[in-house]
Amino acid sequence: MRMLTFAKRCAKEILRDPINLGFGLGFPLVLLLLLSTIQASIPVNLFEIDTLTPGMTVFGLSFMTLFSATLIAKDRESALLQRLYTTPLTGLDVILGYMLPLLPIALGQTVICYLFAIPLGLTLGVHVVYAVVGIIPMAVFHIALGLLCGSMLGVKQVGGICGALLTNLSAWLSGVWFDLKLVGGVFEKIANALPFLHAVEMEKALFRGDFGLAATHLLPIVLYSVLVTAAAVLCFLRQMKKQ
Amino acid sequence: MQAIQVNGLVKRYKAITAVDGLYLEIHRGELFSLLGVNGAGKTTTIKMLSCLTKPTEGDAVVGGYSITREPEKVKRLIGVSPQETAVAPNLSVKENLELIGGIHGFSKEKTKAKIQELSAQLALDSVLQRKAAKLSGGWQRRVSIAMALIGEPQILFLDEPTLGLDVLARHELWETIRALSGKVTIILTTHYMEEAEALSDRIGIMKDGALLAVGTVEELKEKAGTSNFEAAFVSLVKEGVV
Repeated sequence: MRMLTFAKRCAKEILRDPINLGFGLGFPLVLLLLLSTIQASIPVNLFEIDTLTPGMTVFGLSFMTLFSATLIAKDRESALLQRLYTTPLTGLDVILGYMLPLLPIALGQTVICYLFAIPLGLTLGVHVVYAVVGIIPMAVFHIALGLLCGSMLGVKQVGGICGALLTNLSAWLSGVWFDLKLVGGVFEKIANALPFLHAVEMEKALFRGDFGLAATHLLPIVLYSVLVTAAAVLCFLRQMKKQ
Repeated sequence: MQAIQVNGLVKRYKAITAVDGLYLEIHRGELFSLLGVNGAGKTTTIKMLSCLTKPTEGDAVVGGYSITREPEKVKRLIGVSPQETAVAPNLSVKENLELIGGIHGFSKEKTKAKIQELSAQLALDSVLQRKAAKLSGGWQRRVSIAMALIGEPQILFLDEPTLGLDVLARHELWETIRALSGKVTIILTTHYMEEAEALSDRIGIMKDGALLAVGTVEELKEKAGTSNFEAAFVSLVKEGVV
């Protein structure tokens, strides 16, 4: 109950920030529209709406990292977290309170992306539901990454690292914008070693109903999600002790 | 009856000793000020007493419970208003108070009743629906104190409550703090001489992590052999009288 009260507050804090809404929801939709328009003029397989939309939903998740990291960093700097540590709220309550509200926000963002893609020609089917549900492990990864960054960095650093660096990295290394095989070499190997590309490929496979292929990409995503969540929890509890 | 009994608290951060063997008793219902220049160890003392940081050595009994062995029980008895305003910026004042009420496990009805009571007590009615981020520094401080009070604390910690406020806002907040005096035990840190003098039942003067002197304003002036409190403070701190 205590945790849910705090989680409700975190959801309000994020959803009432117009910059959050503008970037988190608006940016992926603008890109979807823009790239679909390019595709209409110069056909590129990568930008076909059925291929592009699953990738864009994964790219949109990078904003979840920004949201959670910014909120936590702000709460640390304003000493709101310090106040909360002097209440009966436990460390686990605070961590779950930060993470849980972002999950429905991430799912909401994914659903909006798919809905937005319908008038652009998206093929509708039950597989869209699988793709929405299948995004959960990657959403957890991004939310936990936000918890990790917010526990270590200040508000300004979060803006630079999560807002600029991570969104760019997740875009370049996910294969949404260009075929990574065209670059090849070390770049492709790095992309394969990170979860972004696997998440995009899994979403595309789920959208096509190819569960076998989707399963092959699930393991690295789950592994990264577990590792980052564990690191985030440890780091958060450590900064809590430092108070 | 003692609200707080401090027994040899020490806090070290690597080579730095922030609080050095503090012994202190604070009576129930008392308004006790910890006065000292920056870096005297006031905030670290409050952080230890409010279970935010663990002491390196020593212990304290707050409301009958040990801060080292029973921090969860201590947390149910205290309210803290940190040096920073510590409010949720995108929430209204009412929502901020509801948040802390909910965290303390209050029912909706009880939280509502507490908000009404605090609104009247701290004159918050006019800002209850306004976003906390849009309020002035003085109002944010008042909200911060209300947030510390909504959990019905027996002991209230106010860390530099008027820091950065203009003269009028400071005097308004003093009135608010005075109105609380006697109802809850208040431990206030400040480096403003006039604030300690105007509000406190007793004052503890700290320097370099040590408590130099404890007493009422009159006792401290007498101890320093001066009729002026600021002069007494300067004299006690310079001489390092323990």
